[in-house]
Amino acid sequence: MRNIYLVIRREYLVRVKKKSFLVMTLLGPLLFVAFYATVFWVALGSVDTKTVQVLDESGLFRNKFNDSETLKFVFTDKSIDSAKAAFPTSEANALVYIPANVINAPKSVRIYAAKNVSMDLKSEIEKVIEKEIEDIKLAEAGITHKILEDSRVNINSETISLSEEGEKTSSSGAATVIGGVCAFLIYMSVFIYGTQVMRGITEEKTSRIVEVIISSVKPFHLMLGKIIGVALVGLTQFVLWILLTTALTSATSAIIGSQLSKQSVQMAKEMNKAQGPGQAMPGGNVDNPVTEVLGAVGSLNIPLIIGCFLFYYLGGYLLYSALFGAVGAAVDNDADTQQFMLPITLPIIFSFVFAQFVLRDPDGTLAFWTSIIPFTSPIIMMVRIPFGVPAWELVLSMVLLVLGFMGTTWVAARIYRVGILMYGKKVSYKELVKWIFYK
Amino acid sequence: MNIIEVRNVTKEYSSHMALDNVSVSIPKGCIFGLLGPNGAGKTSLIRIINQITGPDSGEVLFDGVPLNPDHISRIGYLPEERGLYKKMKVGEQLLYLAQLKGLSQKEAMEKLKTWFIKFDIKTWWDKTIGDLSKGMQQKVQFVSTVLHEPDLIILDEPFSGFDPINANLIRDEILELKQKGSTIIFSTHRMETVEELCDHIALIHKSKKVLDGPKKAIKEQFKTHTYFVEYKGYLDELDPIYQILDQKITEDGYFRSNIHLDGDTNANALLLNLLSKVEIRAFGENIPTMSDIFMKAVNEVPEA
Repeated sequence: MRNIYLVIRREYLVRVKKKSFLVMTLLGPLLFVAFYATVFWVALGSVDTKTVQVLDESGLFRNKFNDSETLKFVFTDKSIDSAKAAFPTSEANALVYIPANVINAPKSVRIYAAKNVSMDLKSEIEKVIEKEIEDIKLAEAGITHKILEDSRVNINSETISLSEEGEKTSSSGAATVIGGVCAFLIYMSVFIYGTQVMRGITEEKTSRIVEVIISSVKPFHLMLGKIIGVALVGLTQFVLWILLTTALTSATSAIIGSQLSKQSVQMAKEMNKAQGPGQAMPGGNVDNPVTEVLGAVGSLNIPLIIGCFLFYYLGGYLLYSALFGAVGAAVDNDADTQQFMLPITLPIIFSFVFAQFVLRDPDGTLAFWTSIIPFTSPIIMMVRIPFGVPAWELVLSMVLLVLGFMGTTWVAARIYRVGILMYGKKVSYKELVKWIFYK
Repeated sequence: MNIIEVRNVTKEYSSHMALDNVSVSIPKGCIFGLLGPNGAGKTSLIRIINQITGPDSGEVLFDGVPLNPDHISRIGYLPEERGLYKKMKVGEQLLYLAQLKGLSQKEAMEKLKTWFIKFDIKTWWDKTIGDLSKGMQQKVQFVSTVLHEPDLIILDEPFSGFDPINANLIRDEILELKQKGSTIIFSTHRMETVEELCDHIALIHKSKKVLDGPKKAIKEQFKTHTYFVEYKGYLDELDPIYQILDQKITEDGYFRSNIHLDGDTNANALLLNLLSKVEIRAFGENIPTMSDIFMKAVNEVPEA
């Protein structure tokens, strides 16, 4: 046992002391926060104001288009032909043509622009026109504004998951995001740390130190020590990432948050001004989206998710790293690993692909089976857990995963023990099978 | 007292027989030469003693007890294919290897200090192995093999890669270790080192032990009872009990002959006989070299 500990310590320290580890650990959260900050920056900050020319032959829309932060509407009385001709030289980014008979032929509205018009602009213009025509038609039918206001109901439906523990507010959006992120992290870490185990073993083999080491340590202990050492490196990196990211994001959101609130106050004021007194702001009390997401996240069983994440990260990693290790032992150098890598990487890639379908249908047959089979369960089960999984399925999947990695470790140890002392021989699958059943 | 007793060990790999019913005894405190052509099975035997692999049948006793994991820390092994972690520092690496052999960090540190002073390599502590020359790496590896003061040291071609000065340094260390009571198993193809250092030898050929015993006894066994004589003059006939095997002219104009004596005859009688016929420059018994013995023993074994 002392020797396993020594091996673990060496494998761990060698990797943690590397410059690349430090760089990745610091850069990971920085990149994440930088990305997060850029998104907000773009969303909030310096957006160009676009000028839109409106040629309204119907005369119904004067003063109906409200200028906003990003859009400025200018009305023109020119004929459509001369407006079109003048458009390239004008400063306007788009020209909206509303014909006189727009009420009877709403589809005749045209938007002209030098380049394609953005979806936002298009929907903004359409919304205003649609609403106005609707209002006019309703008025024609004798429905007044008052009736309209009274009949306007705002429904923000809550999805509620029914389980034995009773009703629980859930948010499928938050579940999707968390499931996806967990699955991705497991997918990445199995790949990154699995190949690290493989490289480490090939390195020991090519540098020929392995014979010295296994004259003091049992081959199985050496392999296990390496696998555990690398697993701890992975855990260290995750923990540091989580801590650093939390620290950095809370700092960033504090800064952005203050700007956000200033901006929304200003926006609310402008809207009130534009709509004038007496007219209620539609959907006036929109919840702050941030609190909404936080609330949804809070409704999920976070300790369960974190616990399962650690379990499935370790389980998946152990299952696959043993196989990666066996490949490392079977070949002489990195270049030869390719031929044996495919059967190992395929199930990992498949589970990542399946994960996209499972996200859409977390309780389907595909989801069930792939979250039970140990080769795909680490990724798929993590996708399902935020949506809620029956306890028996979870337990079955966990037990099978434990059996699975015990199985792969056994197979790997058999290959490893023969492989590490075998040099200069191109190994075939047939040979590997022979090694496994070697006495 | 034997430190190692190999009893009827057989080891078979899927494609070939590595050891076929081999029995060898290695006495305590000697330098034991394990000889044999490439692929004879020496490495297989060494790996079994090191508990890297196990025998299919037969057993190995260490100090009279069947091999068990406790013996690992009492053995130091320098494999033929040397290797260290290229990216690790010399000091860290030696500490690690010593701890794997059961030393505490403190003990290892103290012992390392003595060796670093002895080999005058104090400046290497923080160097990366990859930055050292091959000879320097060999020195580090040698230190790692003997640091834990093992009772049994197994050296596979220990001098390869050393220049004559360092080879001498290592040779002296080996002799000193023997003096201190360690047993050394030497596996080598260099017969001159065997001649110089080994007390006992065993020769393995085609997975079988063909020869073993004290070096002197083996030399005795391989004696041809011939004498050589270098002389001036003409040697035509001697007493019929002496058999002149050949007659050659040396580079400087002398003749050289090998003469065979019957078992009981005294060399003095031959010398008297010769004195009357030719002018003698040199005379002596043909003692077989290890190289001769090696060739003879290997060639005598019928092709399988």
